[in-house]
Amino acid sequence: MRRSLWGIVMQRNMLVMKGLLALAVILAGSARADELTVAVASNFTAPMQELARQFEARSGHKLKLSFGSSGKFFAQISHGAPYHAFFSADQAKPAKLVELELADASSRFTYAEGKLALWSRKPELVDAEGEVLKRGEFRKLALANPKLAPYGAAAVEVLQHLQLEEQTRAHWVHGENISQTYQFVASGNADLGMVALSQILENRKVAEGSAWIVPAQLYNPIRQDAVVLKRGANAPALREFWTYIQSAEAKEIIRAYGYSTPPQDGNGRDNADR
Amino acid sequence: MGFDPDLLTSPATRIRGYFHLPLPRGDNERQFTLDVKLDIPGRGVTGIFGSSGSGKTTLLRCIAGLQFCKNGSLSVKGEVWQGMEKTLPVHQRPLGFVFQQPSLFPHLTAERNLLFARKRAWKSVSPTEYEQIIALMGIEHLLGQRPAALSGGEQQRVAIARALLIKPSLLLMDEPLASLDQMRKREILPYLEKLHRTLDIPILYVSHAVEEIARLADHLLLMEDGKIVREGLASAVLSRTDFPVPLGDDLGVVVDARIAERSSEWRLARVQFHGGDLWLRDSGEAIGEPIRVRILARDISLSLDAHTRTSILNRLPVRVQEITADSDPAMVLMRLEPKMQNASTTTETCLIARITRRSLQQLKITKGSELWAQIKSVAIVR
Amino acid sequence: MLTDDDLAAIWLTLRLATTVTILLLIIGTPLALWLANTRSLAKGPVSALVALPLVLPPTVIGFYLLMFMGPSGPIGQLTETLGLGTLPFTFWGLVVASVIYSLPFVVQPIRNAIEAQGARPSEVAATLRASLWDRFWSVTLPLAKPGILTASVLGFAHTVGEFGVVLMIGGNIPGETRVVSVQIYDHVEALEYAQAHWLSAVMVGFSFVVLLALYLLQQRKSALGTPYGI
Repeated sequence: MRRSLWGIVMQRNMLVMKGLLALAVILAGSARADELTVAVASNFTAPMQELARQFEARSGHKLKLSFGSSGKFFAQISHGAPYHAFFSADQAKPAKLVELELADASSRFTYAEGKLALWSRKPELVDAEGEVLKRGEFRKLALANPKLAPYGAAAVEVLQHLQLEEQTRAHWVHGENISQTYQFVASGNADLGMVALSQILENRKVAEGSAWIVPAQLYNPIRQDAVVLKRGANAPALREFWTYIQSAEAKEIIRAYGYSTPPQDGNGRDNADR
Repeated sequence: MGFDPDLLTSPATRIRGYFHLPLPRGDNERQFTLDVKLDIPGRGVTGIFGSSGSGKTTLLRCIAGLQFCKNGSLSVKGEVWQGMEKTLPVHQRPLGFVFQQPSLFPHLTAERNLLFARKRAWKSVSPTEYEQIIALMGIEHLLGQRPAALSGGEQQRVAIARALLIKPSLLLMDEPLASLDQMRKREILPYLEKLHRTLDIPILYVSHAVEEIARLADHLLLMEDGKIVREGLASAVLSRTDFPVPLGDDLGVVVDARIAERSSEWRLARVQFHGGDLWLRDSGEAIGEPIRVRILARDISLSLDAHTRTSILNRLPVRVQEITADSDPAMVLMRLEPKMQNASTTTETCLIARITRRSLQQLKITKGSELWAQIKSVAIVR
Repeated sequence: MLTDDDLAAIWLTLRLATTVTILLLIIGTPLALWLANTRSLAKGPVSALVALPLVLPPTVIGFYLLMFMGPSGPIGQLTETLGLGTLPFTFWGLVVASVIYSLPFVVQPIRNAIEAQGARPSEVAATLRASLWDRFWSVTLPLAKPGILTASVLGFAHTVGEFGVVLMIGGNIPGETRVVSVQIYDHVEALEYAQAHWLSAVMVGFSFVVLLALYLLQQRKSALGTPYGI
């Protein structure tokens, strides 16, 4: 399978960063640095990079991050891919891994709840109520493939709620994952797209173009679960990471990227939409 | 610019041209320049002879238009092929070309190769003519075959037939026998001779084989380093001791003669030429028929008096016209003028003999000496 | 077994590959002819340009096509001016992308076939009163037939096997841009491994038959012997 372009670009950035980090670690002469390999759903790329930075600086351990689609990671993990932990874009895949005894059941938790935004690169196109969908003043509407991506499924739900599914269907183009969906809109090839809020926020504001943050009642919550995989179960460094990722400090970072962080039971719902 | 305006008004009986073409060669070789002024008869076979690299093929390609020569002109029998104002592209020149490699189209059968030409011929080819050309080249039984299934000689015969079927007003042949072995050459040469006798198309025949030239050419151009260094009647050019291409054992003269008598008792024929009579094996020609024979320099020995008690059949009284050095330092070449002059033929003929320097000294031969030339063998070339 | 969606993807793939192959022959043959014969200075750069898709990752081609054919790209602006809309997410967008991507697979065999002929057949035809056009149709093209056949098979097969570029500019629209390779990818991503197996098996079978045919074709060609000596 070939990776999406953005995946490659991200990994290249990571390489540079990792190099710098390795240098920092060596200079700091840290005690014992463990290396953890973590598979992360691509919608969570930006927050995870910041979380990793914080964690590495603090613990001296190293995180090797792979970003990609949850489906691909699931397939790879079930065929023995050597990841320590998995941050999925949904709840089903981590549950399935637990069922297959490839993941530690007690480690599973909802690390973030995604929010959907209707976004355009054009500054005036999307209004605060999302009326643009009804007016139909667009040629292409990008969604993530609903079969594969939770954000795609949520986007279809939204359109169903608004009774716009049939009306807009002819304009749909599918991204294989939410990253590609974002890229279709960002390159101007699609006028509009249902993307993850986390993708368009910068310093808690929509960085470019115009957006409508879709009200949470229009779709089932996009809960994203993480699990520790078999290989990570006995790694002390991972236990440190798991503690950190559930800390208030980490949650603050995650929320800054436009996610909400439910309470620990995994069913809670944060309605404090910004 | 050596452009010659005369060329454009040249008579309908001649082929005239001028080509000046510098050609880059391999890195370490010096530049080659074709520099030729051409004025040859528009009938019969003109041989273009020279060692490899002398520019024969380039000249032929220039005449065909396959090699573009900016600084050149050409008129063929009064028709301008290349001039100041226009240059005909290859496909608009009424010529036939036979390449060194038998270049049949491999995707077509022999017959379709022929039809390729017939379809595009300059004048329509009647079924009779078509049959005649096929018969002339003896290829009736090959028509259904693909080129790959034919021998080199067979392919070349088909290629010649194809070149004839275009009904050219000039036939260019670029060493058509060079790629063939000795046996195939002997197989094709008779066809070429027949071609010469039956069809009235002027032929330019490039070769570096004296045997072919001696048999076929009426007129001869000698080329060396891109230039024409000798030209004239084939028999005259080939009979010069200062022939510029080292011929070695092939050096000799070509003599045009006529059958004067046939002796059924001895199975010999007497032929008459400018310098006397020669006896040779009777090969069936009728009395009065023209014949061309070749006498090689190494087959002539010289004596100061007429040895009549000798097995050698042909003896001619001669006078030494010229003595020149040979490429072999032990030998000299001599040009001999027959003392007897036959009024019945017009072409003047000399003989060339090659003897050792030592014999020259011992017999005290000088220019003007009168000797007997003993001719050990005479070959009929046509 | 295969679902309706799978069959639709197969049908779309065949339609795409056929269209692309025909276009490639129309574009690639004159291009190969030019490359085989020209002494122009542009020969080197054009050869390199044509061969570029051989070495570039499909993602680079997909990325640039998305940029150039999109509304702010030069090609996109051209197609919009012509009233054709933009090409990404359309069948014709895939056609354009596949033509670019498969071009070297078509140009190279044809060019080799023409170069292997040398100048001689065309020269012979010229001395037989055949004009340039006549020579092309009656000699050059028939002699290049094995090369053209190879080129068609390779162009077709390569288009069928194309994935990266399609994924990047296709938008996964059923019946329009969702070709077999993307459909397989979706099946795998959606954990529908049985479906993925079926469709993949079809692809493996298809590719094997194509390559076998090509191999037999080349064997026959070499058995016929090389045309012309030097």
